[in-house]
Amino acid sequence: MELLLSGAIGMLTAAGVYLILRLRTFAVVLGMTMLSYAINLFLFATGRLVVNAPPILNEAGGPYTDPLPQALVLTAIVISFGMTAVVVMMALGAFLEGGDDRVDMPRADRLPPAPQSQDGDV
Amino acid sequence: MSHLIIAPVILPAVIGPLIILWMRNDLMLQRVFSIAGTALLAGVAIYLNALAMGGDVHVYRLGNWAAPFGIVLMLDRLSALMLLLTAVLALAVQLYAVGSGWDRKGRHFHALWQFQLMGICGAFLTGDAFNLFVFFEVLLIASYGLMIHGGGGMRLRAGVQYIAYNLAGSTLFLAALGVLYSVTGTLNMADMALRVAAMPAEDTALLRTGAVLLMLVFAVKAALVPLHFWLPSTYANAPGPVAALFAIMTKVGVYGIIRFFTLVFPQDAVIEGVVADLLLPAALFTLAIGQIGILGTRHLGRLAAFAAIGSIGTLMIAVAQFNPQGTAAAVYYMIHSTLAAGALFLIMDMIGARRGDLWLRLEQVMPDNGLVAALYFIAAIAVAGMPPLSGFIGKLLVMQATRPAPGMVWIWATILITSLIAIYALARAGSIVFWKSYELGPAPVPAPPAATGPKLEPDEPIQDLGDAPANWLAVASVLLLLSGIVALTALAGPALRLAEATAAQLHNPDAYVSAVLEAQEGTK
Repeated sequence: MELLLSGAIGMLTAAGVYLILRLRTFAVVLGMTMLSYAINLFLFATGRLVVNAPPILNEAGGPYTDPLPQALVLTAIVISFGMTAVVVMMALGAFLEGGDDRVDMPRADRLPPAPQSQDGDV
Repeated sequence: MSHLIIAPVILPAVIGPLIILWMRNDLMLQRVFSIAGTALLAGVAIYLNALAMGGDVHVYRLGNWAAPFGIVLMLDRLSALMLLLTAVLALAVQLYAVGSGWDRKGRHFHALWQFQLMGICGAFLTGDAFNLFVFFEVLLIASYGLMIHGGGGMRLRAGVQYIAYNLAGSTLFLAALGVLYSVTGTLNMADMALRVAAMPAEDTALLRTGAVLLMLVFAVKAALVPLHFWLPSTYANAPGPVAALFAIMTKVGVYGIIRFFTLVFPQDAVIEGVVADLLLPAALFTLAIGQIGILGTRHLGRLAAFAAIGSIGTLMIAVAQFNPQGTAAAVYYMIHSTLAAGALFLIMDMIGARRGDLWLRLEQVMPDNGLVAALYFIAAIAVAGMPPLSGFIGKLLVMQATRPAPGMVWIWATILITSLIAIYALARAGSIVFWKSYELGPAPVPAPPAATGPKLEPDEPIQDLGDAPANWLAVASVLLLLSGIVALTALAGPALRLAEATAAQLHNPDAYVSAVLEAQEGTK
C-alpha cells in the first residue's frame, strides 16, 4: 500500500509540475489541481498509513490512526479549492481582457511601445 | 494574559466583512471605517510593543487549550515590531489610496485591504506552523484581489502569473509542513523546537529536508533570487498603493526565515550550516540582480520592484549570519527598507498619475515637477543607502555584522559595488524624468476635464488629477513614510538598541519554549 500511495503521489506531482510549466492557463490550472491532489494525499500519509483503524483513541487501546493529518487535509482541500476558483476567474478575466490565454507576459510589459504603433505587440 | 494580543487579527477580520455587508455602496463610509480600523490597529500595535518591551514572551492560548494541543499566538519583540511596521505602512498607504482616488477604481478595495492586514498580522503573531500556512493563504487571497484592483489586461495577466507562482509555493509549504509533522509529530513551533533538540543526529535526514523545503517557501515569499521571478511583473502592474503595501509582504517571508531558524532549527548544527550555505550566496545574487535590474529596466514600476528585490538581498545577507549581531542589523534594515520601498512605490504612482504612463523615457514636464522630484530625491537617497538617511546606517550595520564572516570580502564587495550601481541608476532615472524633460519644454496646458463624475471603469494610472479627491492627502502620506525614515535616522541609537534587544530575545529560544509549554498553569 505504501508503494501504491507513494507512486500515486509521485505521478500526480510529476504530471502537475509538467502541466504548470505549460504556457496556457488551462493547462496551468489543471496542473495546480493535480499538485494540490498530490499534496493532499501526501499530507494524509504524514500520520503514517493505518488500515481499518478509527481516527480516535478508544478505551480498549486498539489501533488508531492519527486524526490531525486528516484535519489538516480537510483545511488544505478547502483552501486549494478556493484558490483554484480564484485562479480560474482570474484566468478567464485575463483571457477576456487580453484576447489570448497565454501565461507569459507580452513584450509590451517590459518595453515602451514604439513611437508609431501604440499597442505594443504579441 | 492580555486579550489584546489577538486584536490585530480580530479587528480587520470584523471590519472587512462589515464593509462588504453594510457599506458596499457608500465609499465615504468605507473610507472612514477602514482608515479608523487601520488607525486603531496602529494603536493596538503600539500597546503591544509596550507589552513586549518588558522582554517576556506573551502567549495567547486560543480557547485556553493547553499548548501543544491548542493553537497559540505568540507575542515577542519581533512580532510586536512587525505589527507596528505593518500598521504604520498600511495607514500611510491607505491615506494615499484615498487621496489619489485609487480606492474608487474598483470595488471592495477597503474590504480586501482589511483582509490583507488580517493575514499579515496573523502571520506575525501565530506560534503554530500550520496556522502560519493558513494566515499566508489569507494574506495571499486578499493580495490577489488587491493586485488586480482596477482591472486591465496586462494587470490581470500579471495577476494570473502571481497566483500560479504562489499556489505552487503554497503546495511547497504544505509539503514542508507535512515532512516536519511526520518527523516531529507536532505543529506547535515551540514544541517542534523541543522535539528537534531531542532528536538523535542520525535520524535527522528528513528533518533537514523539511527545513530546507520550508526555507524555499519563505524564499519564494521574500523573492530571493532564483525564486524572484514573480515579483517584477506583479509589483509593476499592481496599483501603486497596493505595490507599496506589498513591501511588507516580502518581509513576511524574511520574518518566517528568522522565526523558524532562530526558534525551531538552531539546535541542529547541520541545518544551520546547510541553510546558511544556501542563503548567503542567494542573498548576494539577490542584491546584485536587484540593483542591476534598477539600472536595466525601462519602466519606473519595475525600477521600484527591483529596488525592493535589492533591499531583500541586503536584508538576507544579515539574516544569513544567524548570530545576534546579524539579526539586529536585519531588524533595523527591515524597518528602513519597508518604509523606503513603500515610499518609492507611492512616488512612482504619483509620477504615473501626472505623466499618464511609467515608461522611463523623455516626456514633457509634468505638473508639480518640483514637488515630486524632491520626494523622489529623498526616497532615492534612502533606497540607495546613501548618507544621511537610515539606509546608510542599515548598510553599515550589515557590513559590520558580516566583518567576522568567512566570505567577508565577497559580501562587502557586493554591497559596495551594487550600492554604486543603485546610486547611478536612481540618479539617471531621476534626471531623465525630472530634469531632462525641460529640454522638451513645458507640457501644453491640459484642457479642463469635461465632467468629473465618479469613474469606475478600469484604466491605467489616473489620467486626470481632477478625479483625485484630495491630492494633498497623497503627498502627506508620502511625507509620513519619509518622515518615518528620517525618524529612524535621527533615533538610530534607540532603534538599534531595540533591534539588539529583539535579536537577543530571538537567539534565546528557551524563553519561548518555556513561555509556551511550561508556564501554562499561571496563565489560566
